[in-house]
Amino acid sequence: MRRILPSLLALAALAACKKQDQGSGMMSPNATGPIVIGEVGSMTGTEATFGLSSANGIQLAIDEFNAKGGVKGRRLEVKVLDDQGRPEEAATAATRLIASEHVVALLGEVASTRSMFMAPKAQQAKVPMVTPSSTNPAVTEKGDYIFRACFIDPFQGYVGATFAHDNLKVKKVAILKDVRNDYSVGLAKNFIDAFTKTGGQIIAQESYSNGDVDFKAQLTNIKAAGPQALYVPGYYTDVGLIARQAREAGITVPLLGGDGWDSEKLYEIGGDAIVGSYFSNHYSPDDPSPRIQEFVAKYKKAYGGQVPDSLAAQAYDAAGMLVDAMKRAKDLTGPSIRDALAATKDYAGVTGNITLDQNRNPLKPAVVLKVAKGGKYEFVTKVYPEGMQPESGSGGDAAAKK
Amino acid sequence: MAEFFQHIINGISVGAIYALIALGYTMVYGVLKLINFAHGDVFMIGAMVGWYVARWTGESRDPSIPGALLVTLASMLACAILGFVIERAAYRPLRNSPRLNSLITAIGVSFFLEYGGQYVFGPNPRVFTVLPRHPGLHVGPVSLGYVDVVTVVVSVVLMFLLQRIVFHTRMGTAMRAVSYNSTVASLMGVNIDLVISFTFVLGSVLAAVAGILYASKYPSVQPLMGLMPGLKAFVAAVLGGIGNVPGAMLGGLVLGLAEQIVSGYLSSSWRDAVAFGILILVLLVRPTGLLGRGEAEKV
Repeated sequence: MRRILPSLLALAALAACKKQDQGSGMMSPNATGPIVIGEVGSMTGTEATFGLSSANGIQLAIDEFNAKGGVKGRRLEVKVLDDQGRPEEAATAATRLIASEHVVALLGEVASTRSMFMAPKAQQAKVPMVTPSSTNPAVTEKGDYIFRACFIDPFQGYVGATFAHDNLKVKKVAILKDVRNDYSVGLAKNFIDAFTKTGGQIIAQESYSNGDVDFKAQLTNIKAAGPQALYVPGYYTDVGLIARQAREAGITVPLLGGDGWDSEKLYEIGGDAIVGSYFSNHYSPDDPSPRIQEFVAKYKKAYGGQVPDSLAAQAYDAAGMLVDAMKRAKDLTGPSIRDALAATKDYAGVTGNITLDQNRNPLKPAVVLKVAKGGKYEFVTKVYPEGMQPESGSGGDAAAKK
Repeated sequence: MAEFFQHIINGISVGAIYALIALGYTMVYGVLKLINFAHGDVFMIGAMVGWYVARWTGESRDPSIPGALLVTLASMLACAILGFVIERAAYRPLRNSPRLNSLITAIGVSFFLEYGGQYVFGPNPRVFTVLPRHPGLHVGPVSLGYVDVVTVVVSVVLMFLLQRIVFHTRMGTAMRAVSYNSTVASLMGVNIDLVISFTFVLGSVLAAVAGILYASKYPSVQPLMGLMPGLKAFVAAVLGGIGNVPGAMLGGLVLGLAEQIVSGYLSSSWRDAVAFGILILVLLVRPTGLLGRGEAEKV
């Protein structure tokens, strides 16, 4: 009995929690308080700009919806928790938001690894989760309550490979990926698949682990292989250090990467070493499209002239997509919002029109940006998924002549 | 073959940094038999202070050699004070208690600095630019960073300086006396408090120099940056024979070379496993480390 007692107590506690959960899930239709949406992001740590930009974008979207009267006559409120860039913290934060803040839906994370830690918690509690920027396909495979507002890595890898082949006209590429990061590993694989299909060759593959500061050994091997470009699908802090050390090691070819580069810190850390390199991204604030220019103007006004990076734009779209679904949903329970989200069609986002496929992933165009002197990201070209036509009003069409 | 030489050069430059941090570790251990786990965090504070001073003097916008020296001096001074305070507040009250207590306190001080640092400085990495940018040297196919050359030179010079202090000054004699038997040393009129404070200050000053050089090589400064280099330097110190100054240098170089060779020819994922594997092997074969001497039992 002595052994059983503690477990009985634990069971009782669990039952109590469960009851509470149900209470929030079965939100009565005539509730009047604010609707709380949970957000998990890396507000601090080596990817802090990801979390901060996303939070800004989400807040901007929510403020706009509130100004227009909220959802079903109720105000919207965002509750943000910081995960410090740690996967376990992201999972804890998601649990906390669901269990004690009773959020109707979750927004986040940016990093795929962390989204994958959050997803099971959301799925289990039947709370819909929309990640603004996690591009690894495995994220939405975690369950039917997990959605995203961005394109996925097979497409981003395709964009990188197409750009390397068509625009840079390179044939031999080396890869340096972060083996402890699902995003980096996935993107590297997808780039390799797409690039070898164009007839290109991967002549060296090296790896590092997130948090490393010394990449000289790998870069020495890469230099010896003599690539025409170096694909580094990592995050900006690592990429900045890699760029510096690559130049010190005597590698002069351009670096290529994905949306993980998108932060003003990239140039701060990489300095002149990163100038002349390219990365694929979700949008460019220089895109002449009226939709994008309107968003950039609103964002600048709200955040003291700060130019929104793509994380901010994606988060703005993710929040917009979620609220749009909440408006269409018959009530604010998890399953109803989920069904409405899954039916998202032609949602006019800043980063493109969003239509979700049966795997809850949108098909969207990508842009390629070049890092210019002074840390400015110049718009180079826009790449559409195979078979997709430039949407009207989303602009950048001129650049899509390819 | 060029790659091989490049790996060796990279290994020496990484090893020199480990050696520089290990010097401070080994000296404190030599005198006090205390593994000062907070050493890596003093190293972090050194880099952090350097960042602030560099911003304040304008060095980070317009780097110059005299400016870099000024930044280094300021950071050495700050770490000297910090080392003094740590010893005074955390270790001195425990000097006569079992050694395990001091060890646990050292870990506590380390956490205090790391997470206090996160609170005060914020956890976001800052970009550290102190030394003027320089493309580095290229000898044939082998390239050599300019910070690397400075690091190697500084660590060798400091090693000789330290050896000189320990073996050829009155303070050094006192340090060795305290190390051998502090009770007898105090009976002979050695001011133990002073000697131990001096040891800590010296060790912390070395950590500051290492912090500045490390941050110049890897220009991203954040409160947890001392963790891994601190551990590696500890391994280097034990490898070379803890308490032995040239041993720390040797241990650092062996570790740096091993890491680069493993990353270069095997995989970077194996790097840390091999580093700590070497430690275990050396300790199995030579428990006192490469240059350590077994101590005669004091009767």
